[in-house]
Amino acid sequence: MTAPARPVLAEHNAAQVALARIEAKRHKKRRVQDDVVQAAHGGGGRAMRDLIEDLILPAFDHAVAEDDQARFALSDMAALGGQLAFTTDTYVVTPLTFPGGDIGSMAVHGTINDLAVGGAKPLYLSCGLILEEGLPIDLLRTILTSMGRAAREAGVRIVTGDTKVVARGKADKLFINTAGVGVIPTGLHMSARSLEPGDVLLTNGTLGDHGAAILIARGELELASPVMSDSAPLHELVQALVQAVPVRAMRDLTRGGLAATVNEWAHSANLGLCIDEPSVPVRSEVQGVCELLGLDPLHLANEGKLLAAVPKAHAQAALHAMRRHPLGENAAVVGEVTSAHPGVVTIQTGFGTDRVLDMLVGEPLPRIC
Amino acid sequence: MKYVSEFRDPPAARRLVATIESLMSRRPKTLQGAPLKIMEVCGGHTHAIFKFGLETLLPETIELVHGPGCPVCVLPVGRVDDAISIATSEGVIFCTYGDALRVPGSRTSLAGAKAEGADVRTVYSPTDALALARANPSRRVVFFGLGFETTAPSTALTLLQAEREGVSNFFVFSNHVTIIPALRALLDAEDLQVDGFIGPGHVSMVIGVEPYHFIAEHYRRPFVVSGFEPLDVLQSIAMVVAQHVEGRAVVENQYSRLVSTQGNSAAQTAIHEVFKPRAHFEWRGLGSIAESGLELQPRFARFDAEQAFRVPALSVADPKACQCGEVLKGQLRPYECKVFGTACTPETPIGSCMVSSEGACAAYYSYGRLTSLRRASGLKVHP
Ligand code: SF4
Repeated sequence: MTAPARPVLAEHNAAQVALARIEAKRHKKRRVQDDVVQAAHGGGGRAMRDLIEDLILPAFDHAVAEDDQARFALSDMAALGGQLAFTTDTYVVTPLTFPGGDIGSMAVHGTINDLAVGGAKPLYLSCGLILEEGLPIDLLRTILTSMGRAAREAGVRIVTGDTKVVARGKADKLFINTAGVGVIPTGLHMSARSLEPGDVLLTNGTLGDHGAAILIARGELELASPVMSDSAPLHELVQALVQAVPVRAMRDLTRGGLAATVNEWAHSANLGLCIDEPSVPVRSEVQGVCELLGLDPLHLANEGKLLAAVPKAHAQAALHAMRRHPLGENAAVVGEVTSAHPGVVTIQTGFGTDRVLDMLVGEPLPRIC
Repeated sequence: MKYVSEFRDPPAARRLVATIESLMSRRPKTLQGAPLKIMEVCGGHTHAIFKFGLETLLPETIELVHGPGCPVCVLPVGRVDDAISIATSEGVIFCTYGDALRVPGSRTSLAGAKAEGADVRTVYSPTDALALARANPSRRVVFFGLGFETTAPSTALTLLQAEREGVSNFFVFSNHVTIIPALRALLDAEDLQVDGFIGPGHVSMVIGVEPYHFIAEHYRRPFVVSGFEPLDVLQSIAMVVAQHVEGRAVVENQYSRLVSTQGNSAAQTAIHEVFKPRAHFEWRGLGSIAESGLELQPRFARFDAEQAFRVPALSVADPKACQCGEVLKGQLRPYECKVFGTACTPETPIGSCMVSSEGACAAYYSYGRLTSLRRASGLKVHP
């Protein structure tokens, strides 16, 4: 055996090993080391990749597409129904976490509900994050984990996303945009234009819980009240309802509360809507907060409540179908559609009087005295 | 909410309405059919009346007149302009109660100034503003002091606290007003068309019942201090009507569960320690009223925003179209104003009665359009 060119080979090997080590290290999943979000986390470089690999992918069960797009087989979707439903919403709540939920679960539930109330089976979500520099990483991790859990529990997948970091002061900690895709079974058409006089209006439970929980959670009111947000995905409840009865129109009661939706319906159907105040389910704690601040629970936001209109003959069956689902336990008939006073919503008070129920102008602001 | 439902019992309401009806039938023949005008002084009552549709329960001969007791509604244009001028000064955090945000000044509102970049924050109490001052020592934090004797004590107590702590960047822009001079000015107005009053319950918790006696004695009008629940309001109306048919005029206290004859002396002391009456204060729609506003005592001059900032302090006339004054004096029903519901709506208020939900015009617009439609078209108000 001739003596090998040992030094050269050894050097070569050492270099190979070193390079391999570097490559391995470069590809190794690293934990995000920082305590707070920094500009670099949105810079498209290493820090951003770490953020995605350490926080976002695990939270979403690695379901997010590696490519810049998610791809689906049209045939799978077509098997579910004839119409694709597509929606988007952006979530900007303060504080980020509150009793009963957080901005992450709310962003999932809200978009699922936007799809569900059109009758769609929700399938896929996107997640766009706008992070403000300085947002604690632990808080972000908590919220993303909650978001992933909410999606898993609802049986939808978060399949694509985007992350941007903005300088301190250019956003309020964290904004989340979710878009959602679902499929509407063939033959289902719900619209406020289909409303007819005599239809009854139903809601699946107590109103104003989310709005009241947020007002209290902001901590500006020195109130301690056990009000929880009602944030929840409504698609299963909706499925149960549309399978049981013909539904003319449906809407989730988010910002602006019941009052906003009934006014929009009255306007687009050019019919009168009449709400029976004593039948509207409201938790006594929520009523109490409203009394104190001069607000109306019918104007407060909900994140797990819907309004459905069904022909009167199906009212009992609709109630029955909703009450069988845990999210519909407190379902109630709250009003009806009439041909009197087109375009105007009235409310029958417990006093046997009636008055107009209008939309709120601007935000719900507490009165001085 | 048991405590509340007790005061919202429909059968009890029907009994009170029946009482009112039978009392009204005892009026002298010459007065049957003529309106009996009762003013609810306080915006809180206006709100309750509309929210529960009480007007539609009452006999049509009882006409409710919505008085000047909404602190936001009586804020004159010039003072809103002053507030905006302070809010847009360098380095200022301007703190206000929510419902004052949208009151129109001559060019814009505080909400408008906020959108243009002023740091205007909604607070729930003056102590929130003081906390902001502590947290932002490099900024000047100004609290927009608004309201009657209901809110003046908490402004006063906050100033006493700021003085104790030696906070040097906290200021109050006082627009506090007092109810008695305003009522006197109303009663002195030749064109006032009011037969009796429902008195402001919250104000009375502070000032008690005695300060109203001149109204019964000198002006011969029944005056009943009233709570804010629907049954409180109906019962107070019944008490006013009873005095009217019996030809009496006294001060009565329907709200005795919370209002004592003497009021709350600690709150009164705080007001007097911190504030003194201004020579004159302007009210939207009512003009200048002597000794009706409160300014800071000299001892608190260093907290006084009117001294720390150069405010325009101009008296700006109400917009020409605005008939808030006539509405506040009971000469016009809100919907009889020329611009009601057209140029003047809650989205685009011209007068301030259209801003807060306690304002008569906003209450009619948001809650009472049915009533006004029925009235205007000569239909029965009762559904
Ligand atoms: S409608 Fe507008 S301008 Fe007219 S009285 Fe009412 S608030 Fe004033």
